[in-house]
Amino acid sequence: MAISGVLSLLPIVVAVGFFTAAIPISGAGEYTIAGRIRHSRAEGLSGNKAPFKTLNIKVILNAGQRVAFVRPDGYFAFSGIPAGTHLLEVVAPGYFFSPVRVDVSARLNGQLQAFLTETRRVISEPLMFEPLREEEYFEKREPFSIMGLLKSPMGLMVGFMVMAVFLLPKLMENIDPEEMKRMQEEMRNSPAPSFGSLLQGRTS
Amino acid sequence: MLIVTSIDLHTESGKGKLLLILGDRHLLGVSSVDGALKWSIESKELSDNGEMNIKKIVQHDEKSIYGVGFLSLSGFVVWDIDAKTGHINSRDVITHHQELSMNDLIVTESSVISLDRDGKNIVWISLNQQVLQIASIERHIPDGKGRPHLMEEHAGNIFVLKFKNQISLVNLGSSNVPELIQSLQDHSIVSLGIALPGGDKHALSVIQQVSEDKINVHIFMEEGDKIKVSSELVGSDIQRGFVKKAYLNAYTRNDRSHGFRVLVVAEDSSLSLLQQGEMVWNREDGLASIIEASTAELPLEKEGVSVARVEHSLLEWLKGHWLKLKTALMVASVEEAAAVQALRLKSTDKTKMSRDHNGFRKLLVVLTKTGKLYTLHTGDGRIVWSSFISGFRRSGGKLTMLKLLPWQVPHKHAMHENPVFLVAAKVASEENKFGLLAWVDAYSGMEINSVRLTYFIEQIIPLPLTDGAEQRLHIIIDDHANAHLFPATDESLQIFLEHAQSTYFYMTDKEKGTITGFAVKGPQTASPLSPSDGVLFRSQQLWTIMFPSDTERIVTTATRRVDEVVHTQAKILTNQDVLYKYLNKNTLFVATIAPSGAEAFGETSPEENWLVVYIIDTITGRILYRLKHSGMCGPVHAVFSENWIVYHYFNVRAHRFEYSVIEMYDRNRIDNKNMLQFMLGKDNATATLSSYSHVDLDVKTQSYFFSHSIKALTVTSTARGITGKQILVGSVGDQILALDKRFFDPRRTAEPTQAEKEDGIIPLTDAIPILPQFYLSHAYRVEGLRGIITVPAGLESTSLVFAYGVDLFYTHTAPSRIYDSLTGEFNYALLLITIFALLIAIIISWILSERKELKEKWK
Repeated sequence: MAISGVLSLLPIVVAVGFFTAAIPISGAGEYTIAGRIRHSRAEGLSGNKAPFKTLNIKVILNAGQRVAFVRPDGYFAFSGIPAGTHLLEVVAPGYFFSPVRVDVSARLNGQLQAFLTETRRVISEPLMFEPLREEEYFEKREPFSIMGLLKSPMGLMVGFMVMAVFLLPKLMENIDPEEMKRMQEEMRNSPAPSFGSLLQGRTS
Repeated sequence: MLIVTSIDLHTESGKGKLLLILGDRHLLGVSSVDGALKWSIESKELSDNGEMNIKKIVQHDEKSIYGVGFLSLSGFVVWDIDAKTGHINSRDVITHHQELSMNDLIVTESSVISLDRDGKNIVWISLNQQVLQIASIERHIPDGKGRPHLMEEHAGNIFVLKFKNQISLVNLGSSNVPELIQSLQDHSIVSLGIALPGGDKHALSVIQQVSEDKINVHIFMEEGDKIKVSSELVGSDIQRGFVKKAYLNAYTRNDRSHGFRVLVVAEDSSLSLLQQGEMVWNREDGLASIIEASTAELPLEKEGVSVARVEHSLLEWLKGHWLKLKTALMVASVEEAAAVQALRLKSTDKTKMSRDHNGFRKLLVVLTKTGKLYTLHTGDGRIVWSSFISGFRRSGGKLTMLKLLPWQVPHKHAMHENPVFLVAAKVASEENKFGLLAWVDAYSGMEINSVRLTYFIEQIIPLPLTDGAEQRLHIIIDDHANAHLFPATDESLQIFLEHAQSTYFYMTDKEKGTITGFAVKGPQTASPLSPSDGVLFRSQQLWTIMFPSDTERIVTTATRRVDEVVHTQAKILTNQDVLYKYLNKNTLFVATIAPSGAEAFGETSPEENWLVVYIIDTITGRILYRLKHSGMCGPVHAVFSENWIVYHYFNVRAHRFEYSVIEMYDRNRIDNKNMLQFMLGKDNATATLSSYSHVDLDVKTQSYFFSHSIKALTVTSTARGITGKQILVGSVGDQILALDKRFFDPRRTAEPTQAEKEDGIIPLTDAIPILPQFYLSHAYRVEGLRGIITVPAGLESTSLVFAYGVDLFYTHTAPSRIYDSLTGEFNYALLLITIFALLIAIIISWILSERKELKEKWK
């Protein structure tokens, strides 16, 4: 019931567009701004909560003066628009569209020229709008990685200590045994207290 | 006038609907399949004077429709129009010897019904026979009083006559005599008639308000010549006011009889579906029209409230635990799991009805357009209570809700009092206009008192003074610029008199383009206090600023929040310089635009647009600062906090939106004070600030582009004002965008020096960046966003944000990240594991060292 209600509404929107084009409302202008919203990919990025649905899109003229909804195929139109420079904003949750400056020319019988205010790109008829980027509303949590852990200052310190534990004895081994003996002799003779004797101070 | 009806049409391509659109100059037939215009009839074709003579349209058969109208004053015209081509097949005129009432005309499937001019007789024609018939109303409905009117609602041959005292349902059956079905007194609402599926049965429902909380649903069903009447009494435990509208819907029961359900719109804009004498569901759609929102603290957790009292009884407590055990063992059914979920939700801290340590749990008190007050819990958004203010409903006349102000905030010695809110409304009718005040308890929704003032409310100003019971003093300004002090007690008068000499206020008249300042002059009369009208004070006009109406029009004003807390008056830079903020509470920001560059910025040129902003001292009327932006136009949104103002407008020349920021620093105080002296307390930061003293402002400004138009603009507020600020923007896509105040810093330069970088200056860009992570509402949309309020939480780092529109949205934000508590993501498990690992390592190494020592000793 509800679904069929929505479906039967759509043609009505179209119908209103048609007959207002035929009979201009007095006071307002007589031109039409029509365009299409397109997105090459139907579904959003992974993690993007809002899939690209024309149902969610609104096109806003001159900061809320008028609002248009979009047909399933992406088309929209504002009719009864006076000549001048207008601003269109496309609102789609999860997607960023540049606001569009649209010049409706009175001399050229309502010819449209559009200008993306963000990228300064000019587009001419037929107007086709695409999102500039998809919006990722959440910061991505850094995935747990061993490398990341090791690169942190703590990780580096631990790494160095592990290295010291394993490599320093190896260094000792490489020393010539005679040399070693000589060094030990020297150490014994020297009056300065060695590190080892300090540690075992209690027992000696 | 635009009437749209639809009729079934059988075409070659199958069944479809034809939409008939009746306007002032055309009757159009539009296909519902592809929206194509099938045909149109101009009013010229129907009459000589060019007016649309067709008043009503009805389907005749599959191929044709009838258009019905009046012939001058005394007759009907019936056009037979081909539904496929719009060709007028025939035009029939039936005249009457008396004048007809032009406002009463209904067309049923088989007849056209009207009244004569005095409303004495029912005049009708049968569409098939086209014979005019008359019946006296008095004879058929003897107890109807006053001149009756035909109601638009009808079903089959049932139509409704509205009298002064009642409505009467009449059946114009095949007998060709109007037959009274039933007359209903009380407040009754008639629904549109519907055709029942299958067969030519019709039904209509009438909702009769029996009492405040009881309604009687009458359903009248026409079955052939018989009329079936059924009634059901439906009660409601929540006060919803009178029924405003009703919609009938039918369904077929298993036994092929017809069942009915009625959708009822109540006075508080809530929707309820009634079926078989019960309310099936209810939606509080009144919450879509919030005009003011405020918050109240929840009650303190009382000592001695034991588990048993919360869990009602031991049995329930046991049952709860048994269910929990079952779900833990995965043997619970779906319902049991849901019950456990509900229990858990109930017992979580988030939804408790008591104050929490961090001040996150609050009551949101909202005032809606319908005059109903709601209180929502911030934990889960549930409605704690909702009620109409009975004092307002009795007042009569068109009621406009004005304000919701915290009257009494539990504080200090009045800690155990309930918070009280002051609600203000005004009634403006042709004969008189007056204000209304009511005091409502925020915990129970009980109306403590309500008064009807003898004057009109122009403005309500909360004063920075409270009486012994922590009731805030308010002055109400009436339309003669008199001030009335509330509460009207001796105590508050004594408190106020001490400050009356230095009480000033100002009024803004947007139509005339003036801002006028007043001073309050001592109590006018020594008369006894009148508790219902306040204590009367006269005022004296001090100054007026008149904006030239041909070049400037006031669009927006902004002031600082009354309850704003500023942590420090000085801003210490890295190079040990001190900037003193200009923190005068009595400053007003005014934005004016060119009157010609009015609403639609699609048609204007930059030359005829400008935006002028002023900063005005509201005590002296002195203009402290003026800045003109050429080629800019509205709508202007502005927010004023501490010593800065951020405002948003449209740049017609660049065709982009822009933000500008103004920051004010007091140069008077800079006299050779550096940070050392400031730290030693040898500064003049504590000196009294007077509006009458010389002001030497150092104003810094900057402008930035912004991609989008906005709907609301506000700033976060924290308990002590230490935390940085975020500008909260209601975006065009109905999302809430939180922009760091540092983006708006006027001291931003293209290449900041090392010292400036240390001050947190961001390199200058021409536009304010919008990163998707800035959206507080993430992918959610707050449809129809109209306002955002911010409230400080107990934690200094956090500000509570409530946005309202058609949807409601509530969240927390921490502008400088959460620095005073652990965030929810904090990894407690890792912390515990680390502690354990360390403990074990200590024990093991201790054992090892003991052993080694023992070995050494044995050597």
